[in-house]
Amino acid sequence: MALLSDGVTEWLAGVGDGARFGARALTQALRLPDEPAETGRQLFELGVRSVPLIAAAGFAVGIVLSMHTRASLARFGAEALIPAGLALAFIRETGPLTAGLLLSGRIGAGIGAELGAMKVTEQIDALEALAVDSFRYLVVTRVLACVIALPLLTTLMNFTGLLGGYTAEAAITGIGFEAYFRQAFNPIDFSDLVPATLKTMVFGFIIATVSSYLGINTTGGTEGVGRTATKSVVLSSILLIATNVLLVRMILFLFPGPR
Amino acid sequence: MTESMPAVELRHVSKAFGDLRVLDDVSLSVPAGRAVCILGRSGTGKSVTLKHIVGLLAPDSGQVLVEGEDITPLTGADLARVRKRIGLLFQNAALFDSISVGENVAFPLRRHTRMKDEEIRARAQDLLTQVGLDREYNKMPADLSGGMKKRAGLARALVLEPPIVLADEPSAGLDPVTAGEIDALLVALNDRAGTTLIVVTHNIPSARVIGDELVFLHEGRILARGDAASLDRSDIPLVRQFMSSESSG
Repeated sequence: MALLSDGVTEWLAGVGDGARFGARALTQALRLPDEPAETGRQLFELGVRSVPLIAAAGFAVGIVLSMHTRASLARFGAEALIPAGLALAFIRETGPLTAGLLLSGRIGAGIGAELGAMKVTEQIDALEALAVDSFRYLVVTRVLACVIALPLLTTLMNFTGLLGGYTAEAAITGIGFEAYFRQAFNPIDFSDLVPATLKTMVFGFIIATVSSYLGINTTGGTEGVGRTATKSVVLSSILLIATNVLLVRMILFLFPGPR
Repeated sequence: MTESMPAVELRHVSKAFGDLRVLDDVSLSVPAGRAVCILGRSGTGKSVTLKHIVGLLAPDSGQVLVEGEDITPLTGADLARVRKRIGLLFQNAALFDSISVGENVAFPLRRHTRMKDEEIRARAQDLLTQVGLDREYNKMPADLSGGMKKRAGLARALVLEPPIVLADEPSAGLDPVTAGEIDALLVALNDRAGTTLIVVTHNIPSARVIGDELVFLHEGRILARGDAASLDRSDIPLVRQFMSSESSG
């Protein structure tokens, strides 16, 4: 019983510590960035280098989703709605969530492992000893890079997803590129596109903050670095999914759409 | 800083990690321009002492003064101001592995000076040459041996020409010739530039060459201090035994 109580206390302390870390990251990220070069480098490392993964995954998911949409709508003789149905599904939910989860794998593991390795090899101490604020240099730059990169990568995923959907449809029906995209974007308005895309800024914040927190608290040498990478992916994915439920509820409340 | 003011002073510093008491009421004063070597067996608090001086660790009790200023309550820009006056060589060099060796050395200059890029590169190259790494500027830290990393770390610690240099095992892992060169570099720094040196070492020959004063730490306390000759004649068997081991590093 005492052991359980100690475990709960330790867990709660960890949650509190993590929340403080997140609040500090948020307040410092909202200030004007004083590490523009490092933020730019992180934007390249975390954002630009994720383009192939997101583009390929979006294209593949678009093809698969298009095939499922066709199979479902064909039952009701509503094949003409396939482009619009796919676009709505992709832009409102599939694109943002899939991009978020994929990036929590790629970026979360990367940040956790990199900062973890820096911690256990005293590189973070070295930064501090060289009179550099390691939190601003390592954490805030990554948070900013992720918050900027996620909506852009989600937009890319939406586009390549629709491209995949078009490819699948064109192979079956021979529909033209312009006709497909006109039908796809016909029902899309501001409330479908903008809130769903911007919510991925929150995903970016979660991924960067969670993995940075775990990274700079890494202990246990190389083995600890591996554990941190895994925990970064798992924890940021869980938090991202849970937050998504709240954000979708909020978006539907603020932008109820047609009734 | 006045003539009489110590460059570094620890006043009754104690530090524990959990149940392990690493420093126990340690007081140490290092006058400006002096070279002090801290000796002792592994795990006796030598590296922890250095980390207190640069503010990476805060004491549980006591004070750490750098050039007369108590750094224990300092944070942020105030602590950074003090740290710019201290160069620290880490035990494992702690080079940033995402940038080249030369850029590691150039890093403090890029952060804290307004020098032009070519001046920074020239200065970093000069420091690398002084530590015998003149052809390694563009190599990545992962491509260096342990001893070469140590020398690059020393170059980075010296590049801002700090008045206080702390070195954690500067000659560990180096061949005797290179170790001698690093010792000579530190001695020259102390003699010519008047840099205050605090060097943690297991290498007694190095300590004899570098140190004006040797401090022997044992179980978190200062067991003995003085010049090499006085420690050679110490009443404490452990100190005499340590001093007579010519290459324990």
